[in-house]
Parts: sequence; C-alpha cells; structure tokens
Amino acid sequence: MISSLLIANRGEIAVRVMRTARRMGIRTIAVYSEADAGAMHVAEADEAVCVGPPSPTESYLNMEAVLGAARDSGAEAIHPGYGFLSENAAFAEACQEAGIIFVGPSAASIRAMGDKAAAKAAMEGAGVPLVPGYHGDDQTPKVLAGEAKKIGFPVLIKASAGGGGRGMRIVRDAVEFTDALASAKREAKGAFGDDRVIIEKYLERPRHIEVQMFGDTQGNVVHLFERDCSLQRRYQKVIEEAPAPGMSDARRAEIGAAAIAAAKSIDYVGAGTVEFIVDAAAGGADGPFYFMEMNTRLQVEHPVTELITGTDLVEWQLRVASGERLPLNQERITQTGHAVEARLYAEDPSRDFLPAAGRLVHLQWPAGDGIRIDTGVRNGDSIAVEYDPLIAKMIAHGPDRETALHRLHAAMCELQLVGPITNQAFLADALAHPAFIEGEIDTNFIAEHRSALLPTEASMSNANILAALAFLLEERGHSQVLRGGDAHSPWNITDSWRPNLPARDRVELQYGDTDISVDLMNDGRGWQANLSNGDSSLPVGQLPEGVAVYRDGHTLILTDGPRQQRLTHIVPLEQADRGEGAGGGLSAPMPGKVVQALVAAGDSVIRGQTVMILEAMKMEHAISAPADGVVADVFFNAGDQVDEGVELLRLAKDSE
Amino acid sequence: MTILKSAIDPKSEGFGVNRQAMQTVVGDLRDKVAVIESGGGERSRERHLSRGKLLPRDRVRVLLDEGSPFVEFSQFAAYEMYDDVIPAGGIITGIGRVSGRECVVVVNDATVKGGTYYPMTVKKHLRAQEIARENNLPCIYLVDSGGANLPQQAGIFPDRDHFGRIFYNQATMSAQGIPQIAAVMGSCTAGGAYVPAMADESIIVKDQGTIFLAGPPLVKAAIGEVVSAEELGGADVHARVSGVTDHMANDDTHALALVRKIVGNLNRPKTVTLETREPAEPLYAPDDIYGVVPADTRKPYDVREIIARIVDGSELDEFKALYGETLVTGFAHIHGYPVGIIANNGILFSESSLKGAHFIELCCQRGIPLVFLQNISGFMVGKKYEAGGIAKDGAKLVTAVACANVPKFTVIIGGSFGAGNYGMCGRAYGPRFLWMWPNARISVMGGEQAANVLAQVRRDGLEARGESWSDTEETAFKQPIHDQYEVEGHPYYASARLWDDGIIDPADTRRVLGLSISASLNAPIEPTKFGIFRM
Repeated sequence: MISSLLIANRGEIAVRVMRTARRMGIRTIAVYSEADAGAMHVAEADEAVCVGPPSPTESYLNMEAVLGAARDSGAEAIHPGYGFLSENAAFAEACQEAGIIFVGPSAASIRAMGDKAAAKAAMEGAGVPLVPGYHGDDQTPKVLAGEAKKIGFPVLIKASAGGGGRGMRIVRDAVEFTDALASAKREAKGAFGDDRVIIEKYLERPRHIEVQMFGDTQGNVVHLFERDCSLQRRYQKVIEEAPAPGMSDARRAEIGAAAIAAAKSIDYVGAGTVEFIVDAAAGGADGPFYFMEMNTRLQVEHPVTELITGTDLVEWQLRVASGERLPLNQERITQTGHAVEARLYAEDPSRDFLPAAGRLVHLQWPAGDGIRIDTGVRNGDSIAVEYDPLIAKMIAHGPDRETALHRLHAAMCELQLVGPITNQAFLADALAHPAFIEGEIDTNFIAEHRSALLPTEASMSNANILAALAFLLEERGHSQVLRGGDAHSPWNITDSWRPNLPARDRVELQYGDTDISVDLMNDGRGWQANLSNGDSSLPVGQLPEGVAVYRDGHTLILTDGPRQQRLTHIVPLEQADRGEGAGGGLSAPMPGKVVQALVAAGDSVIRGQTVMILEAMKMEHAISAPADGVVADVFFNAGDQVDEGVELLRLAKDSE
Repeated sequence: MTILKSAIDPKSEGFGVNRQAMQTVVGDLRDKVAVIESGGGERSRERHLSRGKLLPRDRVRVLLDEGSPFVEFSQFAAYEMYDDVIPAGGIITGIGRVSGRECVVVVNDATVKGGTYYPMTVKKHLRAQEIARENNLPCIYLVDSGGANLPQQAGIFPDRDHFGRIFYNQATMSAQGIPQIAAVMGSCTAGGAYVPAMADESIIVKDQGTIFLAGPPLVKAAIGEVVSAEELGGADVHARVSGVTDHMANDDTHALALVRKIVGNLNRPKTVTLETREPAEPLYAPDDIYGVVPADTRKPYDVREIIARIVDGSELDEFKALYGETLVTGFAHIHGYPVGIIANNGILFSESSLKGAHFIELCCQRGIPLVFLQNISGFMVGKKYEAGGIAKDGAKLVTAVACANVPKFTVIIGGSFGAGNYGMCGRAYGPRFLWMWPNARISVMGGEQAANVLAQVRRDGLEARGESWSDTEETAFKQPIHDQYEVEGHPYYASARLWDDGIIDPADTRRVLGLSISASLNAPIEPTKFGIFRM
C-alpha cells in the first residue's frame, strides 16, 4: 500500500479523498493556488504545497508545478480527483516517468476514451450498442432518406461540420424528410461551407444512465450498478440517484455487462464510468440504451453508488493503484436501498444559472438519518470566481427512493447557507416536484418544468421588510464603538431616545430596483414603521418564526427555509460621501496651456482619473476627476491657453 | 449596599390620584413639545425641503451615530415670550454621539424666522457653548441663519452675553482644545459669518450655503456692486478661492458625513476616572414616580421613594441617616456611575444644612459627582432658628455647594423657593445641567406666601394710618399676586427663559441623569478648594 498521496485537486473532492487516505493511514499532501491558501482542503491535509497563482492554468492544471510538489513532498502517488488533470493522458505519462503512481487508468486508456469518435468506433467493435445512425460519405438525398428509414423515425439530421444547432433538423415522418434535408444542407452550407450531414436516431425522452465500473491490474473488471443522472440543465448534472428509477433487474444486468465489455475492451484499470443514453420514450429506464462516452476517473456523483453498495470507491482506487486486487468480486457487490445526490452550487437559477461568488456569511449543515455532506468549504470561506462554484454535494440514503428523496428534501430545507446566491431553493423544489417523485424524469425535465422550478421573483412582503427592520434595530445594539473607559455609558443605548419626543429614525432599503424607505417611530411602546408604499403604523417586533436575517456587506439576506430574499441597505451617509466637488466644474489651478484633453463629452470617468493635462511654469499638471461621473462638456483642446480659475470641463453626476 | 424599601402601594387610591395628576402634566408637556418639534410650520418646512435641504431635526438624526440618544436642551426656549411664535427659540441644541464621541450640537432652524437670532436664541446658543466648555465637549454648529433678528437688536447685540459672545466662546474654547466645527448649510450672514470663520474646521454645502459679511442688498447699497449671493459667498468662492471653508459638500447629507469624519479624526479619548460598575435597573418601575409624587404639592412624602426609582438597584448608602433628617444624603450609582445624592425631605434646618455641607465635602474629597433632588420651600424661619444661627449654617451649605468642583446635577422635582434654591444648587450655583419636572414650581417664595407677606405689609400700613381693610378687599388684593406667581413659577415660564436646561418627564430622570453624568466625564474632575465656612 502506498504511504503518501498528493491530491492534485481542490474543494470537496480533495477533502473527500483525503478523508479516506487518512483513515487508511496514508500521509496526505494538498496542493493549492494562492487563492486557496486558507481553503478547507489545505487545512485538512498533513502537508500543503502552493502550486501557483489563482488561475487554474497556472496552478491546478500546471503539470510541472504539481509534479514538482509531489517530488518535493515525497509523494508516492497522485490522486487527480475529477476535472483538472484527471483525464489528461500526458499527465498520467508524466507521473509514470517521474516514478509516481497516478491513481487512475493508464495513459492509453485515457487516450482511447478521450477521442469521442474513436471511442465510439472501438465500442462498436466491442459490441456495445451505439445510437443508430449514418455517418457515410454518400450524400445523395435518396441514400440519406433510405438510411433514415432504416434507423427509424424520428431522426436527427446534423451538419457533419456542425455545432450550435445550425444545420440541425428533427424529422418525425418520412414525408418531411426531403424538405428537411434540403433546408439542413442549405443552412450547413451557409454556416460551415460544407453541406455534408449525418443522420442519427432522435431520442424524444432521453435519460442519462451511467454505470460505475472498476478494474484492477490483474484484469478483473466489475460494475457497481447504475446511476441515473437525467436531471440536468444545459448538460450539467443537478440531481443524481441510484438505482435508476424503474429499471428492471434484467436490464440492470444487461447494461452492467455492456459496461464491463466496454471497459475490458480497453484493459481498463481503476474507477471508470460508462455513460449511456436511454430512450425512455420506448420503455422508461428499460428502453433501448446506447453508449455515449466513458469517463476515465472518479465521478462527482460517486457517493450515491457508495451509499447503496456500502463501499468506499476512493479506498478501492488506492488499493488498485497499489496493485491490490479489487476488494469484492461481482457476486459480492450488492445494493441496498436508494441514494440521491443534489449538487449545491453558488449560482443564480433565476439568471440562467449564472455562477455566483462570495463569502459564506453563515453556514450550518443539516444533519439527519442517512444524510451525507461532501464539501470543501466552511463557515466564513469564500466561493471564488476562478473555480467551479460547487459548494457541496448533499446526499441522502434511505431504504427506498421515497425515503431518500424525503430525507434529502428535508435536509435541503434545513440547510442554512447565507452568502452567495445558490440553487438551494431550486433543488428543494425539484426534489419535491410530483413528476420527479413519480420518477418521470429525462434530460428535458428542468426545461419542461421551468415555471414550477424557477418561480418568478417574489415580491417583498411587509412581513419581510419588518423582519429586516427588526434585524437592523437589533444590530445597532451591538455596533457601538466603545472608546476609553466608559464601557457602561448610557450613550451606548441605541434607541434614538429624545426627551419628551418619540424616537424617530429612517431606514432606506432597496429590493431589486424598488426603493423602500421606512420612517420609524417609537413613542415608548415599541418601534412602528411607516413604509413608502403607504402602509403605516406597522409594529416592528420579533423576527417571524423560521425567518432569519443576515448581513453581507450592504446586503441583507432574509432566509425562510430554503428560500432567500435580498435587500440592499442604503446608508445615505456613505452614499453621500462621493468626494468633494463631485459633479461640479473643474477649473484650472493656474494659468497655463492645455497639453491634452484625455476625455470627451459622454465619457465615464472614475474618481482620481486624469482628465486633462495642463502645462504651466514648464511643468505638467494633471487635472483629475474629483468624483465618479460622466463628462458633460470639455471646453478646451490641446494648445489652448487658459487662465487661472477657468472651467476646463464639466462633470455630470453619475446617473445612479 | 442598602436597598431602599418602598412603602408605596401602587393599588392605593392616593397613588391613582397622584398618577392621574402627573399624567396630565406630562401629557401636556409632550403635546407642547410635539408642536415645538415641527418648527416653523408646514409651509416653511415645505419650502425648506423643496430646496433640497434636510429639516433641522433630520440633520441632527443623520449627523448622530445610528440610534444615538439626543439630550436636547431647552425645548421651551422663547415659549410665549415674543409676539412671534419661536419654537425652541429657533435653534436646536443638545448633546449626541457623533463618531463615538459625545458632542454638543447647535443647529439653526431656518424654518423659524429664517433662523434669525432672538434674544433667547442667543441665550440658548451661549448656554450650549457653556455646556460644551464645562464638559469639554466638541461643538458642531450646523449653520442656516439670517443672523441677528434686526428688530430685536437691542436685546442681542451689545451686551456681554449677547451675540459677540458666541465668537468669543469659539475662540477661547478652541484655545482650550475643544474642537469647533461648523457646517454652513444655508445662509450665514453678517455676524453669523464668523461661525464658520472662527471654527477649527468648516464645511459649506454647494448651491445652498452662503457666507458673507454683507449680503447682496447691502453690498449694492454700500458700494454699488451688483452680485448674486452665490458669486458673493457661495461654496465655490469659499472652498476654492477664499479658503473660509475647508470642505465643500455636495448636499446636506454629504456635509454631515464630512462632519462625522472630522469628529472621527479628533483623537480625543474619553478617560473616566470614576470607579464604575455594571449598571442595574432600579427595583421599582421609574414611571411609578407618577404615583409617588403627591398631586397636592404641599403634602409631604418620603423622597427616598423617588431615589429608589432613579438609582441602580434602588440601592442607597445613607450618610447621617439619623441626623438632620429633612435632608437625605447618601451614595448610590446611576447607570454604573457613583454619585452622591442630596435630596430634600422637608424644610432645611441648621442640622440638615450642616449635614449637606459635610456630605458635599466628602464627595469633593473623593471626586464623586453630586446629584441634587430639589424640593424645598426654604430654610426654617423664626426667632429660635435665627438665634440658632440658621443663617450661618445655611451659608455653610451654600458655600459648599458653590465651591464644589465635582460635576453637579440638579433636578427640580417639586418646589424651588427662596434660599432653598441656592442651598440645593440652583442655576446660579453652576450645576453642569439643571432639569425640571413639569409639576415643579420655582419662585423666590410660594405664591401664597408672597401674597400673604405683601398683604400683611399693606394691612400694617393701612392700620397704621387708622384705615380698615376688609377680608374681601384683602382677597382681591392677593389674587393677582397669587396668579402672577403661578404663571412665573411654572416650568414653561422658567424654561422659556432658560432658567433650566429643560423640562423632563419624571420617568426619564434616571436616563437623563445617566446621559448627563456620562457627558460630564469628558472633562476631568478637578479638585475642590472651599471658601471660608462661617463657624
């Protein structure tokens, strides 16, 4: 068994690999970029080596640096995790040359599966089913029509040179074929200068089902059943589960055998996944399956397999890498219950899943029966823009699918995560969606149920505004700066007290583009709010049950179960302080000659930016913008002579 | 420490009657202040806002730290004193926290007669400066004033404590290291122009603030020059050319942000030399004071019931509890600050005067602030007492009060009559703050006594001339005197003239004292040297 392991990755997978390694008594070495110096995976490792600047190409993808770290730390083996260098054949080779064990398949296996077209050809040879299609050179319409008929409608016509959907047509009936072909060819010709097409079977309801397999150096290959990863958005898996809902044992054995055949055909060693596309329109999970590709690494979603089979796939990887036999043979691999995983991302579902970043202001993981959390971040850590915005994988195991889904949904609702925008509510909604619970899933699921899963932004309720106000008033009590030795000063009491008058205050909030200003009044019977929407005399009391408010800079985040709303807290004093002389004219500090006007009317400028250069007394003087703004007018050009105090240009206040 | 035990039954009929009476006067107080709060009326407020300016009380709120208390002074200044209604005397003054420090804030209210100075405006401005000087508090002037109210010039211009004293104070306070900060947020004309000019650091708001010794009409009249207010003394002139101001703000809020920065950079740590302790609320509800104070002011009650509702944990360690019992003296804490309490519990006799003087010596020796709870009809009179030397014993108390250099705080909780006012640290004895309850009365003697004295003198005169005076005539003679004393002894009349720093709700007494004491601790507690005590 290897005694030391460098993990060439970051985040949750690095932490997850280290946990197994440490349990096995293996010394762990982390690598990290400069952005990750304080990251969880660094803290968890026995040693850590910096491999470069934040940019992945200069750090985690930098083979030289990673290998250097392995040499310097005396690592016997490198675990690549997923992503980064995990499917890089050159890296696998470089490891070998350096005498370091690469925890994964051979470079040859990686290469064999890396070329998608070649991989398909190889699989065809091994008898693994492929999506029926025609890739031939004979492009006469008649031949193509005949091939389409042979494949069986519906078919997909795709430009050979294509991509991006151009030159692509779905044809559901033979009578439509000729017209569709002609228009596809025209479009392909226009777009790519090449009108050749291929024809493939079109799957109306595709399901993504993959098989986890494992090989060892003794030539043993086993599978650990399938995973259903059909819930996707734009080819990104969102929720994965095992076993595939609705799959019969007979089909399970068939698809497992196909995966083993695929792996054996390339002498596969280590953990791998064979991905199939299943035609659910023709039989649900038992519909015809076709090979798509093979991933020569540990998958993100491997935990669901671990939970139903009771295995530790990282341990298996390390044993196989050390030359040991597979811990179990096929007969002894069994599955128990059902497991489901949801990927928690820092992203904004309402903005087409745009990645988000930011600090985790508050983080409390849920706990409960059968719940597993794989994460690489802790409370206070930041989700950096440079890397994948995966925050955690939340996985639930239960005796049956219903229990597993219920547990994961409960955990998703219980999770307290405040900071960057996440897909938490989206995941909770998906897990509770009736169609999903029924197992009616395919890769179109999210698109089809968009309206239910991506509700339009809720309006800001008075109750939530009052919750924010309660938070702000409460927060004041703690925000006083204590100076000198007057610790108990009654001046620290922040209730805006006035003699013989009600306490008054004003709070400015913003929700999206809507300004919400609140006049607060307390005549001794508690704070009351008058809102700019006209609602008045609303009592500001305790936070409603289940609602919590957090602050992240000027953003107030209200949480209610998995749902969040964000308000911006406007502090007029800070807004006002935009520099002296902002928005005014800029005048010449002394008589002189304009050397250069660096801006023109309409240009946006930032505070301190040089906008004009004057020459006086044989010296150049930079005129700089006193505040952010837009140039309204420039009154002089290069060569003009100006007197002291003359307005040189005028700045309009920023539009915001 | 000894916990005061209340003998008051909040369910008794008397308590209810008392409570009702106090609620009535407090209710009237709050109603009047609510009117004063709105300043110069709806139309002038609208006009003020339409210029993009913040209302004066909003300026205070934005200036102060979030949620900071504001101990406002003399809300009743100028109340019913002039033909014009001048709410709060046209100027808002008080202490609040700015960037973590207690500061005196002086804010002109331009919605009241353009912020011009009436005699009481001047007096209130000067009193705020006096508070700043005595307590070593930075001064922030938010200027928006047309300067002297010209018809009132005789009452504001030439005397020692008139307009000129404002700038004298700025100069001499600056010399003492007390920061003077001015923000010009509107007009700042003539004499007023010296407020920013005399300040340590000054700000002017663009397109709002103007500073000039003579405005455009006077300039035209004097030298024939036609010039706009902005050209003559606007922000561009003073921030870029004349250097009269150091900062140019884009608007009111920006000006206040700049003031806050300036205060934040003052480098004035507050050092408290008192042995403070964790504050504890009184054991009895402060607003039970309403039911404790008899509705009939002549009815005696135990002042310890009031003390028990003001001090921490209702704890009072009495000094000489068994001697001179008409004056209660003892050590207690208010909001964690140690204080010596001196409270009237009846007429002052020789013994109570001596006890008071002794106790003041103790507090001065130990550097403990003094709190006077004043409810006094005067010193005992009569042959026996004169012969017993009550005048010299009273003088000892007055000497001790006058010379005591520890911070002194006076609350007039009932009557404040005659020399009792002096012995209990009335305005003339330099308390750092003097507060008055709305049920209190202040005059050289009670209205009834005054009427009786004058009637007696008149009766003696008439009888000496052999004339007679019927009871009806006497009653008719006494009534106007009685009425005059009732009007002039009323807290509103007193507060209008700044005989105090403000009328407070009795239930707020603990809070006001706590804030006052804390503010006073910005100045070091100086040692005391007493004058000659007549033995």
